[in-house]
Amino acid sequence: MGNKVLLIEDEPNIIEAVSFILSRDGWEVKTHSNGHDAMQAVRERAPDLIILDVMLPGKSGFDILQEIRGDTEFADTPVLMLTARGQSKDREMAERAGASQYMTKPFSNADVLAAVRALVTP
Amino acid sequence: MSILNALILVCVLYVVFLFAVAFAADRAALRGRGSWLRSPYVYTLSLSIYCTAWTFYGAVGFAARSGLEFVTIYLGPTLVMIGWWWTLRKMVRVGRSQRITSIADLISSRYGKSNLLAVFVTVLAVIGATPYIALQLQSVTLSFAAFAETDPEATTLPDMQSTALWVAMGLTVFTILFGTRNLDANERHHGVVMAIAVEAVVKLFALLAVGVFVVWGLSGGVAETLARIEASEISRFEVTGSRWVGLTMLSAMAFLCLPRMFQVMVVENEDEDHLRTAAWAFPTYLMLMSLFVVPIAAVGLDLMPSGANPDLFVLTLPLMDGRDGLAILSFLGGFSSATSMVIVAAIALSTMVSNHMVMPIWLHLSGGAAVVSGDVRHVALLARRLSIAGIVFLGYLYFRLSGSGTALAAIGLISFVGVAQFLPSLMGGLFWRGATRTGALAGLGLGFVVWLYCLFLPSFGPSVVLPQAVFDNGLWGIGWLRPRALFGAEGMDPVMHALMWSMLLNTGAFVLCSLLSFPQPIERLQGAQFVNVFEHSPTPGGWAGGMAQSEDLLIMSQRILGAREAQALFERAARRQGLVGYLPEPSPDFLQELERVLSGSVGAATAHAMIGQIVGGAAVSVEDLMAVADETAQIMEYSSQLEAKSQELARTARQLRQANEKLTQISVQKDGFLSQISHELRTPMTSIRAFSEILRDTGDLTPEEQSKYASIIHDEAVRLTRLLDDLLDLSVLENGQVVLNSQTGLLSDLLDRAERAAGVQGGDLRVERDRAAEAVALTTDLDRLAQVFINLIANARKYCDGRPPVLTIRTRQSGGYLVIDFTDNGSGIPPEKQAVIFEKFSRIGETKAGGAGLGLAICREIMTRLGGSVSYLPGQAGAAFRVSLPVANRMAAQ
Repeated sequence: MGNKVLLIEDEPNIIEAVSFILSRDGWEVKTHSNGHDAMQAVRERAPDLIILDVMLPGKSGFDILQEIRGDTEFADTPVLMLTARGQSKDREMAERAGASQYMTKPFSNADVLAAVRALVTP
Repeated sequence: MSILNALILVCVLYVVFLFAVAFAADRAALRGRGSWLRSPYVYTLSLSIYCTAWTFYGAVGFAARSGLEFVTIYLGPTLVMIGWWWTLRKMVRVGRSQRITSIADLISSRYGKSNLLAVFVTVLAVIGATPYIALQLQSVTLSFAAFAETDPEATTLPDMQSTALWVAMGLTVFTILFGTRNLDANERHHGVVMAIAVEAVVKLFALLAVGVFVVWGLSGGVAETLARIEASEISRFEVTGSRWVGLTMLSAMAFLCLPRMFQVMVVENEDEDHLRTAAWAFPTYLMLMSLFVVPIAAVGLDLMPSGANPDLFVLTLPLMDGRDGLAILSFLGGFSSATSMVIVAAIALSTMVSNHMVMPIWLHLSGGAAVVSGDVRHVALLARRLSIAGIVFLGYLYFRLSGSGTALAAIGLISFVGVAQFLPSLMGGLFWRGATRTGALAGLGLGFVVWLYCLFLPSFGPSVVLPQAVFDNGLWGIGWLRPRALFGAEGMDPVMHALMWSMLLNTGAFVLCSLLSFPQPIERLQGAQFVNVFEHSPTPGGWAGGMAQSEDLLIMSQRILGAREAQALFERAARRQGLVGYLPEPSPDFLQELERVLSGSVGAATAHAMIGQIVGGAAVSVEDLMAVADETAQIMEYSSQLEAKSQELARTARQLRQANEKLTQISVQKDGFLSQISHELRTPMTSIRAFSEILRDTGDLTPEEQSKYASIIHDEAVRLTRLLDDLLDLSVLENGQVVLNSQTGLLSDLLDRAERAAGVQGGDLRVERDRAAEAVALTTDLDRLAQVFINLIANARKYCDGRPPVLTIRTRQSGGYLVIDFTDNGSGIPPEKQAVIFEKFSRIGETKAGGAGLGLAICREIMTRLGGSVSYLPGQAGAAFRVSLPVANRMAAQ
């Protein structure tokens, strides 16, 4: 099983925090911070897990998720969605779009780590 | 001091005096004082530019050569003033309601705003006026020479041509100075009009003084003078009836058609009612001007040596008797007549040349782009100034080339016949709805050719332009094409001959072609407006525009009218339509108003073309065509009302749709408000929680890492606090619970403070300010106002993408408000976002750490509390915000 994680998020401090937590756990973390060419980044990196923010500049996380699921190569890649909008309809939208798991900000570091481990190790 | 030097000195003093009069009148008008400037008597006196040097000197010469014939020159205008008063009133009414700038503009407007026609009329007017300007220069130099001859000290005669050149240059400078102050040819030239009125008084006074001197001084009384007249040739001249009637008609026609008369009578007219006074006062003036003509002529013929030029009797009689003072006064009279004519003619013609020839060519060369970029104002003013110089120079050139032998009266009549060619198209346009552009072109063209061939070219004398053979045998040897005996009409007076044929053929072609051709729809519409100017309410529609064009129209108008005037016009129009901001609906009414205002600056045809370029080719709609197809005015009216109704319905629908869209938007925003707050609060909290857990749970952090993560937590906590502050601030402002803290301070200090607080120093953004204008003391809540300035400057620093970024801050006072514009050179805000930038949580750019999208919402609330406003100013180079604040220190009652 691989250990490549692609983090798509635009807040620099959150990028730093998540990268720190995951790298210390042995994951190889790459980051990308805008919506326009997120799909391109996904194709280049071919990650084992994608962590995707909902509110991105250029394109929403839901749209990016649809594109990911539309590509046969990544149809089964686990996607962990992060959102700062904690309404239930956002959760429904994420599930419909095919998110593997959905977490609301702020999160506990331990929960993120547990979720990542659970998603990659079947 | 010799008399010649005295004359030059008096002349210079007189010119300085005229400059002072014009300057003072302009100043008085500018300050809104001087209601006497708008008196009907000033108007009447300004009409007296009809009496040029030709009438001042030439009338006596005319009388000495052909007896009472000179009276016709005064009789024609008198008959027009008294008998055709209602025609003049119609011309003035049309001129004012259509913002007509010249006779070329009037004719072109009437015949479907045809620029071809305008060019034609302009060329004809320039050719017709050139000999006349030459005539004025000639009269000044001749009278100057008359003085020189009597001066024993002057060993050599002054060079005539250099005198004429000096006079021409002086007149050009005067005309440019006072005739091109403002671009809008529709605004009155108060200075020029006042100077002309003064000159009118001077010339009348001078002629009367010479007359009194001749009758009671030289001749010895009324009875003796009558006896002299009886004895002189004047009483023996045969006056042929046909020539008498012909000349009276000719001067009447010229009075209506001369570009300079049109300028003072219609363009400079302040009030239609002034015509009422002029109807008796102007004939009285003419009567006084002609009172002493015959006595002077008779006494001159009797006393002066034979061979003396009778044109100069007015001057030479006092000189002969040693009355130098009177002679100088008489000279000033002639000088006044000449200069006033040249000044007004140059203004009138330059308006025509620049509006109908230079501007269209320039617009064509620079393409449609010129309408929205490039400075049309400067080009127009420059064109007008160059045209003035060009026209006066043409006159000088004609003077040089034609020599100075021809009698004054002859040149004047040639000009008169030339401009009389406008009459059929002009009168037909005002009174006959069937008149068409084709007819006008054909009539004008034919009349012009006949005038050129039969009168103008032969006037240079045989073998100068036309070879002798043409005079004797006709063009190409065809006998009935002889210029002085067209179609075999031999033995006629050349002027009468040319007048008869040109007017006959002109009118014939005009009527015939009008009947045979079918007018374009726009000609029909304009025709109805001109012919029925007294019945028509403001105009059936012509333009149909969409919303998106308003901003383009604003940009274009700013180039022509200047930013302030254009913005005021658009704001007024928007307010009339019940809208806020600077972009009114491009309703037909508004477009028509805009076209009229623009045509005051660049002429009707050009203004029409410019609006057409933006609004699109929809100048004539299907409704218009239907209206035109039906002849009766009632149905046209009815149809235009229907059109207006349907336009209004469409407009109401559009406004409802906009309101609905806005409501939906607000509802979506309200819905998203919680979600937004949630997002804005959770994002910094995420970082805080994540890093505090890292600090707590990770044992082996280096001291650098520890301090870095701690400061991230600190920064995010600060961001969170700021957000909460903003939210509270906004909530307090919105609920009106804010307490304003009034202080007094200088605007410039406040802006300095805002610049510092917005972090301009050390950044890329350059701020351009006008500190002189900012020295304004304010009494308001300065801290709150500074908050607004900081926000606007910081936004420019963050979002302006100009290379390099520049923010321009301009301050001025207008209508009781202090207006401060913040304009940057970036790419601005797209129109679809302009409506929502003042809403909460709407960001201009992409999501970026730092801005929560509350800044402009807070600014708007603050300005409302301070009794002012902040708004987005569309149509500028980049993003532009306008802050306005009442100057009076009224504060919103809290």
